[in-house]
Amino acid sequence: MSYITPVSKRKGLQLFGSPNELFLIAAIVVLSLVIGLNNSVFFSIATPFDLLRSSLIEILFALGLLIVLVSGGIDISFPIVGIFAGYTTVVIMLRFELDTYSLIIPLVLAAIVGAILGSVNALLIAGFGLPTLIATLGTAGMFRGFLLSYVGSVYIANIPLGLDQFSTADLLSVETSAGTLARLHVLVIPILILAIALAWMMRRTMFGRTIFAIGGNEESARRMGMNVRWTKARIYMLVGALSGVAGILYISLQRKADPYDLAGTELEIIAAVVLGGASIMGGYGTVTGTILGVLLINLIKDNLILLGVPGSWQRAAVGLMLLIGVIAQAIADKRRLKQTVTVAEEDSE
Amino acid sequence: MFGTENISKAFGGAIALSDVSFSIEPGDIHCLAGENGSGKSTLIKIMSGVETADSGSILLNGQKFRSLSPREAVAHGVQVIFQDFSLIPNLTVAENIALSTDVSEKRKFVNPKRNRQIAANALERMGVDIDLDATVQSIPVSSKQLVAIARALNQGVKILFMDEATTALTRKEIDHLFGIVNGLRDRGVATVFVSHKLDEVQEIAQRITILRNGSVTAEGDIKDFDRKSIALAMTGQEVNEVRLAPEVPANAPTVLQVDSISSPGRFRDISFSVKAGEVVGITGLLGSGRSEIAEALFGMTSIESGTVSVNGTPITLKGPRSAVAAGIGYVPQDRLTQGLFLHQPILKNVLAAAIERFVGPLGFVRGKSIRETVTAWIADLKIKTTNPQNPATSLSGGNQQRVVLAKWLAMTPSVLILNGPTVGVDIGSKRDILEIIRQKALDGMAVVIVSDDIPEIVQIANRVLIIHQGETGAEFDGAEIQEASLYKELAA
Repeated sequence: MSYITPVSKRKGLQLFGSPNELFLIAAIVVLSLVIGLNNSVFFSIATPFDLLRSSLIEILFALGLLIVLVSGGIDISFPIVGIFAGYTTVVIMLRFELDTYSLIIPLVLAAIVGAILGSVNALLIAGFGLPTLIATLGTAGMFRGFLLSYVGSVYIANIPLGLDQFSTADLLSVETSAGTLARLHVLVIPILILAIALAWMMRRTMFGRTIFAIGGNEESARRMGMNVRWTKARIYMLVGALSGVAGILYISLQRKADPYDLAGTELEIIAAVVLGGASIMGGYGTVTGTILGVLLINLIKDNLILLGVPGSWQRAAVGLMLLIGVIAQAIADKRRLKQTVTVAEEDSE
Repeated sequence: MFGTENISKAFGGAIALSDVSFSIEPGDIHCLAGENGSGKSTLIKIMSGVETADSGSILLNGQKFRSLSPREAVAHGVQVIFQDFSLIPNLTVAENIALSTDVSEKRKFVNPKRNRQIAANALERMGVDIDLDATVQSIPVSSKQLVAIARALNQGVKILFMDEATTALTRKEIDHLFGIVNGLRDRGVATVFVSHKLDEVQEIAQRITILRNGSVTAEGDIKDFDRKSIALAMTGQEVNEVRLAPEVPANAPTVLQVDSISSPGRFRDISFSVKAGEVVGITGLLGSGRSEIAEALFGMTSIESGTVSVNGTPITLKGPRSAVAAGIGYVPQDRLTQGLFLHQPILKNVLAAAIERFVGPLGFVRGKSIRETVTAWIADLKIKTTNPQNPATSLSGGNQQRVVLAKWLAMTPSVLILNGPTVGVDIGSKRDILEIIRQKALDGMAVVIVSDDIPEIVQIANRVLIIHQGETGAEFDGAEIQEASLYKELAA
């Protein structure tokens, strides 16, 4: 018998990302080809630009949710936190006549409001040890009610000028063959930087590794001396802040602040993150996979019509994608278990 | 010197430890023995800072402590390897070994290169080679344990507690583990084995401390003890390992007939029969296929060829349901995951397999007859509980195993297959469980007992089959069943 375990077979593939990420890229490419062959309008520079624009905010939300899923929890309050923080920020800016051209002020304000809401989740989950699904379901209802009764329930069309103008801040714009302007929003750059920063945080900081450890086995993490409670508290505050930023940017891109917006988007985001390879049981997930998951979902959502599928099927399609993601994980888990058993058997002979 | 002085601890009214003193020198290997609930775990928890003693003190490196925090305990070199190893399955071997160092150094950032180096050094000091980049969930149990030891070593372990360290290991792996523990001893690490397996303990430990009901009942040089005297100190009563194998009447009918069943990659051409009232033991090394045979007879592993008959009728085994329908009951090895609904009441656990018998004509469950039946089983199997509505988690290991037994006995199977029925069960309960099995055999049940516990097989079985790499090796009958001959055959 040897104590040398076989070198993991995935190593060769890892140069190009995990099998799941490869699969997502393949799915995006194949789907694009299918849509494009059905409708040549698809093959235009406008398509990737539009896809990115519609995905940017979702990527922000998804990255926050990724952190929660890796830690073994779930958050369904983030869309409400996002719109709460964004709408409240706009209300505060208008009420106190803050510098209407500033971008920094609304971003910081929204992040703070988001973090405060996130700390309510943190208190319930890390402080009182409530199950994450129930805690965030409860706070989602509370936050929504609070927003509509105390902050405001009216649609605000005149948002501060800085936010308004930011919606057309393009990194580059290209004239398409159809004569329209294809525009790539400048947000692509900060969100890419943020994604890289989060990936680095998950990999290289003790906070990040502790998140993975908690998602893998909370009790073991505790026994290793990790501060499980404080880490959880920080997770939900961080996710709150991220959602707040996403919320104000959403309002900026939409050029209006509607407190009823974003409701129900949690389904899409959860589907995207799970498709991206984050385990609903905790312990696994990557930033790259999450971004690919969001892109895939949006590609499907935005182009169902080009494939001749009625728009009313959008939500059904997204729900189906979520189930596909979960089933794929269950199959992968089973295979992983089998592999362990065979290794053990080989070893004992 | 490490140890405790006059430690006492009570939980509510229940006394867990009273006036316990023990000591161990650096470089010693000590055995801490005792039945479930004797206070072993509490003692470990106090020494590792998880619990605080009501009175008495803890000795670490000759320093006296009234109480300890877990951090202080680690700082003074106390490390515990729990039965589940407390590893993080989704992280790599390197991270599992090195992250606790990062934690105790209060680092903010992780340096993978440095962590790999730390892990590589720790494994090298132990003389083992494990892929540093493999996730812990992908490596075998024996390697997981080595990773846990490497982590302890890395944390500057001076006194190492190992809780039931050998339960999941094969004989060869145990030898390897003992080699490593001897290596630690040469480095001056004090090791405390907490174990039920007395043969193994006698092999490695120099000294022994035995607990019963929270008090030390015996201690001393392990050479001065034998299995009998250890058992006496643990249980407080003479445990006679007399043969319990039931007398089988000459005219007893054959109940279970297995004809050359095969399952590729698991076992080949296995044949045997069991008469009513007979106990057949099946044993072999881990990975020999013994467990797979038991699972196949309950329909959990597919049988490619061969036939199985119960009471003369050939049956097709397609999943546990068909096995239950044919009158086969199965007590699984891992009662925590396979045998019990841990958070459900004892009552429901007992009736889980037999519930269909208690359904009235309208589909309602008959409450009164259920309560009577369960009360009868609790009395019959001597399950220690105040209320059958308590969850199964409230019971000790031995009593949980009785509940699993009761569950299958309640459906009165004609064949009962037991896979490792006494794993993790203390001596007292073990004897009771074997006694129950004997009683059921005398009542006419055909029993198959699959186990790697040779003394247990010798005690209870009428016939013994030894499985070698998936095939029937030797067969022993009646008086031929001797521990020495079985061990010899196993090693062959």
